[in-house]
Amino acid sequence: MIAPGSPAPHFTLSDQDGNEVSLEDLRGKTTVLAFYPLDFSPMCTDQLNVYQEVLGDLEQQGAGLYGISVDSAFAHKAFRERLGITFPLLADFNPKGEVARRYGVYTEERGHSRRALVMIGPDLEVKWSHEAPSPLEIPGANLIFDALAAR
Amino acid sequence: MRGEGALLVEYADLECPYCARTNILLNDLPVRRIFRHFPVVSKHPRALLLAHAAEAAALQDRFWPMHDSLMEDQGRLEDPHLWQRCRALGLDLDRFEADRRTAAVAERVERDFRSGVRAGVMTTPTLFVDGRAYPGIPGEELLGRLRQRTAETRARPTGR
Repeated sequence: MIAPGSPAPHFTLSDQDGNEVSLEDLRGKTTVLAFYPLDFSPMCTDQLNVYQEVLGDLEQQGAGLYGISVDSAFAHKAFRERLGITFPLLADFNPKGEVARRYGVYTEERGHSRRALVMIGPDLEVKWSHEAPSPLEIPGANLIFDALAAR
Repeated sequence: MRGEGALLVEYADLECPYCARTNILLNDLPVRRIFRHFPVVSKHPRALLLAHAAEAAALQDRFWPMHDSLMEDQGRLEDPHLWQRCRALGLDLDRFEADRRTAAVAERVERDFRSGVRAGVMTTPTLFVDGRAYPGIPGEELLGRLRQRTAETRARPTGR
């Protein structure tokens, strides 16, 4: 997984509405990328739901949040509606998992990313990263707040 | 807080079916339960409102009866159902209606939720026993552990 202090690897991905989001768009603000395995899987549902509940607090602390998985923009759109979440989901769809690979969180044998959080600073440098020790463990929102507090 | 035995802190959402199942399992155990609200509104649209209702009932010393009433029948959670429950539990309905909209009640629920986030709660229910988190419906291992802990723990006074 990408280590703090590294320049954030470049990406341009489509969000759930087909809008392109590039790393460059994140310059000047703190951003958390939440890599997760798959839309509609039970654990990811819990994870993104709780992140949604703390979104106001994250924004208050000046941080933006993006979810990323290998699912398509159309699946993301349906998943967001199903969950009632309002933060954007990015489609690491084609080439599949390319951005997850660049951030070192892709699992070849499963064909999706591992569960990981990456905090990117306003200077587009990786400030913090965390990978769940197992796919069954959800990185708590507390980890994001701890990382924000340590900025 | 209710019950006697091993201490268990429980983060739950009153609209969550897994929490309802857990409630049934815990009701069979001699444990000292502390309930903390963890309403996940994006998943359960009525969760926050129900948490406020339970806290309003708490102000009339009916937290656990309201909690059990909601957990035991999650199919009827609209306002008229809440009023029905209030009548059945002997609550002063006017006071309940006023209390559940107060800032104090909202802050109490918010405080519980934030404490859960700080403790790393990411799903409901999440139970804490001896400082360790157990996410999800408790399995036989945890239930056995609670029975064992209870046998070791001397009964303590109860209260809310």
